[in-house]
Amino acid sequence: MKGKVWKYGDNVNTDVIFPGKYTYTPLTPEEMASHALEDLDPEFARLVRPGDVIVAGRNFGCGSSREQAAICLKAAGIQAVIARSFARIFFRNAINQGLPVFVQEEVVADLNQGDEVELNLEAGELVSGGRQWRLPPLPSMVLEIIRAGGLIPYTRQKLAVSKSNEGKRE
Amino acid sequence: MGRTFSEKILGQRAGQEVRAGDIVVVSPDCILSHDNTAAIINEFRKLEISRVRRAEKLVIVLDHVVPASSEKYALNHKVIREFVAEQGIENFFDVNQGICHQVLSEHGLAAPGKIIIGADSHTTTYGAFGAFSVGVGRSEVASVWATDELWLRVPETIKVNLEGNLPPGIYAKDIILKLIGDHGADKANYQAVEFWGEGASSLSLASRMVLCNMAAEMGAKNGYFAPDQKVFDFLQRLEVDDYEVVTSDSDACYSEIITLNLDELEPQVACPHTVDNVRPVGEVAGLAFHQALIGTCTNGRLEDLEVAAKILRGRKVHPRVRVLVIPASRKELLKALKKGLIDIFIEAGCLILNPGCGPCLGAHQGILAPGEVALSTANRNFRGRMGSRESFIYLASPATVAASALEGQITDPRKYLS
Repeated sequence: MKGKVWKYGDNVNTDVIFPGKYTYTPLTPEEMASHALEDLDPEFARLVRPGDVIVAGRNFGCGSSREQAAICLKAAGIQAVIARSFARIFFRNAINQGLPVFVQEEVVADLNQGDEVELNLEAGELVSGGRQWRLPPLPSMVLEIIRAGGLIPYTRQKLAVSKSNEGKRE
Repeated sequence: MGRTFSEKILGQRAGQEVRAGDIVVVSPDCILSHDNTAAIINEFRKLEISRVRRAEKLVIVLDHVVPASSEKYALNHKVIREFVAEQGIENFFDVNQGICHQVLSEHGLAAPGKIIIGADSHTTTYGAFGAFSVGVGRSEVASVWATDELWLRVPETIKVNLEGNLPPGIYAKDIILKLIGDHGADKANYQAVEFWGEGASSLSLASRMVLCNMAAEMGAKNGYFAPDQKVFDFLQRLEVDDYEVVTSDSDACYSEIITLNLDELEPQVACPHTVDNVRPVGEVAGLAFHQALIGTCTNGRLEDLEVAAKILRGRKVHPRVRVLVIPASRKELLKALKKGLIDIFIEAGCLILNPGCGPCLGAHQGILAPGEVALSTANRNFRGRMGSRESFIYLASPATVAASALEGQITDPRKYLS
């Protein structure tokens, strides 16, 4: 899938990705997307298009455990986040929401704001301006969660399987 | 080669020998959530099962926007109360109890050797009691409600040796700000942080909670102090004895050892807009501000209120500064009240707000306008966190905040404490 790069620096925190004032009211993913990155890049929510990719520095997603930080980016159409490193709760939340996240230093060093990119998730490949980068393969459990569409659908499938197995034993 | 606390506890609970980097599946002792429980319930319903697996493990505390400041928040709380009744959840603490990390601790639910997960990044706090406690997201909590299982990567561990003792006027907050400033907001990303040394064992439990709470601001997965007599006595007073101490081997393998000498420490201030933008108070002294906040899960306990009251006693806060005092819990408020601290705050011109998170996360009770500056005892100073994205948040100890509130500008507290 093709898209453009949104490039940010180090320590992009969850408060600027999704401000706390919206945190404790139930919003739809689309409403969350309208506030995405509001306090870092007020233009982002208006201009982002499906297939776009965020490329950032160290410790992306640091701060609060709010899952909306991952949900709002995914709902805004972000296809993947590629960073030098991720804060651990954001990393889990992104996977649990089915938003692919990759640590790939070269991509961060080489790509700039607005660059056109094409991402092939299954092949783990990113292409831009005739150049190509390998993305680190995701662990199989993580891939299963992403393929299921996130942790909740994944858990629902697992629970349904264990329930039907119990039925067979009886 | 021996094992760290995290390797030992996760290995014991997973029933296998583990090392840092291994993935384990564990069943937690406690599953914490707060006002975000409404969103978790929403996710849980999608799993198409009717009951949480182990209702006795759930701890739900309403603290983020209490009492409800709008119809939306009120509805949120209502949904949570109905779910609590439906599922028969006993450890439910309504809007009158205080901040989740304080409430869970003072009810003896955080104890050595426990595994606690929480839908809050400052769940790291319970390492002060020798527990393994980590923050996770909402889907994850909904999933654990259903399965009673969670996968965790066994973290590497950074050992922090605190040498010497805190000089007068210097507190736990200054220790952790200094560490974060020196080593960066992602120093401990994906790792555990263990605090050792003379300076660690001399700290009160409340002070240890400050360090473990803000270990999250170094990126840490969890923080840890080896449980000692202070922890055992605290739990005995609460009649809690169903715990087992787990501690690191003396020859455990650490990814790094950091040493900080407390004897030479000065008051520290974290400047906008990141927690690792830390300077000694002398470098920012004289900076004027509009609002002071003494409270939060980091610094809203009795020892924090005591030092602030000691400075404010018989004095008036600067007329330009709004000073908000928010005890961390109903119990801490009651202790402060009985000691006469609340009188001191009110006579000095402070506002006393009900126990809870207050304006720390920018939802209510003291939002900042564009151009305003706050000095706070909280744990985060991210842009826009307490209101306008054009406002500025500085973080410091309760002593520094109280002394600065008197002068209307950032001030070294030591001159009020000699």
